[in-house]
Amino acid sequence: QGKFTLLRDTRTDGSFLVHHFLSFYLRAGCKVCFVALLQSFSHYNIVAQKLGVSLTAAKERGQLVFLEGLKSCLDLLFGEKEEQSGQPSPLQFISERASNLKALFDFIRTSLTPAGGDSSKGPVLLVDDLSVLLSLGATPVAVLDFIHYCRVAVCSQLKGNIVVLVHSSEDSEDEENELVVNSLCHHSDLILWVEGLATGFCKDVHGQIKIIRRLSLQLMAEQDHVQIYQYKIQDKNVTFFARGLSAAVL
Amino acid sequence: VFTEEDKYGLYSNLLFKYFLAEGVVCGHDLFVASAKEHPDNIIKDLPAPLLDDTYRNELGEEATAVKSEDFQDSMKIAWRYQNLPKMEDSPTTSTKFGHYYDVSKTMSPELFRSIKWHSFYLPEELSLQPKMKTGHMNSAYARLLQSIQRIIYQEGFDGSDPQKKQKNILRIGIQSLGSMLWGDDICSSDTPEDIHSLTKFLYVLRGLLRKSLSACIITVPAHLIQNKAIMERVTNLSDTVVGLESFIGSERETNPLYKDYHGLVHVHQIPRLNSLICDVSDTKDLAFRLKRKLFTIERLHLPPDLSDTVSRASKQDLAESAKLLSSGCGAMAIGKKHLDF
Repeated sequence: QGKFTLLRDTRTDGSFLVHHFLSFYLRAGCKVCFVALLQSFSHYNIVAQKLGVSLTAAKERGQLVFLEGLKSCLDLLFGEKEEQSGQPSPLQFISERASNLKALFDFIRTSLTPAGGDSSKGPVLLVDDLSVLLSLGATPVAVLDFIHYCRVAVCSQLKGNIVVLVHSSEDSEDEENELVVNSLCHHSDLILWVEGLATGFCKDVHGQIKIIRRLSLQLMAEQDHVQIYQYKIQDKNVTFFARGLSAAVL
Repeated sequence: VFTEEDKYGLYSNLLFKYFLAEGVVCGHDLFVASAKEHPDNIIKDLPAPLLDDTYRNELGEEATAVKSEDFQDSMKIAWRYQNLPKMEDSPTTSTKFGHYYDVSKTMSPELFRSIKWHSFYLPEELSLQPKMKTGHMNSAYARLLQSIQRIIYQEGFDGSDPQKKQKNILRIGIQSLGSMLWGDDICSSDTPEDIHSLTKFLYVLRGLLRKSLSACIITVPAHLIQNKAIMERVTNLSDTVVGLESFIGSERETNPLYKDYHGLVHVHQIPRLNSLICDVSDTKDLAFRLKRKLFTIERLHLPPDLSDTVSRASKQDLAESAKLLSSGCGAMAIGKKHLDF
């Protein structure tokens, strides 16, 4: 409860983790708000079906609030001027000069606040690709503020969890992105860092994942606990194994 | 599909034309946008298809890659190879392999009559409507987006017209995006005025493509863009990124390794749509060559090291290049560190 998990990928695509968390939380029965900035709804739906969860059904029964970034953006720029119930679009910072993510935050907060009294399981906020916000014109400070507000609202007040995906790279030239990622790393409770193998492309081992539990954030001042595994992605599943022990090698 | 142009724009232009030509032959509609060459000229210059049956390839359709039945929401941003490499499968996720094209001949006008094509030539558009309220993005990009959105809506590519029985695909080609001709100064200065214009444009374009039955190829002079952060963001926003590195004018032209080829193909990213994994091929080292009639992309293979009396210097050279080759590029992993064997 109240945990902030950071998914970080370097030189490879960590979106399989997003799919995993999405189906995991939906199966657990939590209310999920998914901000999907880079892919369409049908993409996630198709993958989730392979993993055994139906997103359309979850959406219909109100368990899933899906913000499809691409569609919202189009509605904002090309849609007719009628606004339903006076609600501003969550992505309106794209067309305004002031890069202020408040509208997005309000959207998230209203969708995750439980209407009735059923707050037995904390709500979950899932963001696919925070780095896209920077590409769309938000400043790094605005993005960090946004995350901070979300943490206060979701983790502390609603006792929920947040999972955020970012892209990063050690020799990246995108300083704004690196700033955001580093800052988020310091504040996360759990970091899942997915990297491509340093030795190059391999058919059987798609990459390695580092699991960092930030125990140093707690009052005991212990060291962070780091575990490293390698993985291979298959059509419906991802297999993890200890380094060097891939099935191809054994 | 996103293509980084090679230095002199020769080969990327060729790929661009192939994409459009394939569209004509398949009966798709076309939308061509350019700021530097009038689209009419581009269209006239498309290569003619080779209808010789001996070249036609018999690979069956792979059922997974293209959801041809599932038109409504999903779309194809497919990286299509017109010419298969001589080796086994080509690194592509698309299915029906298209046609071969003869580069020395241009397409005959009868083929164009069956399709509809739309054009966007920036100097013309600017003169038609000199003032346009944009606000958040470079005005040239904003106009292009408006134009694309209008065509998609009017021609019903986004499924908005349920009466339309024939579903067709719109192939969009945008040439030299990001160059100075589009009014964007990312290629000329280190601190451009609006650093987000290009990325915002791509994001909105991605939204438009996802919502409709279209595929788009964009060529970008990546070597001119000073701020590398932009290229990283652009790569994140695209489904497929391919870089073309031609050997013209570089030291590799005379390198004996590459004597058969005209350039290298770097596949930086492949689409991962509708599934957890993507279809990755075995090989990552690809090179292209332009023969008199055909443009082929094939696996790069080293010429055999036949002579014993090769001097030390050049042997070292070959070894260096071999190391460079072995660290292939790909969506899965990019190994930049060279290992000693």
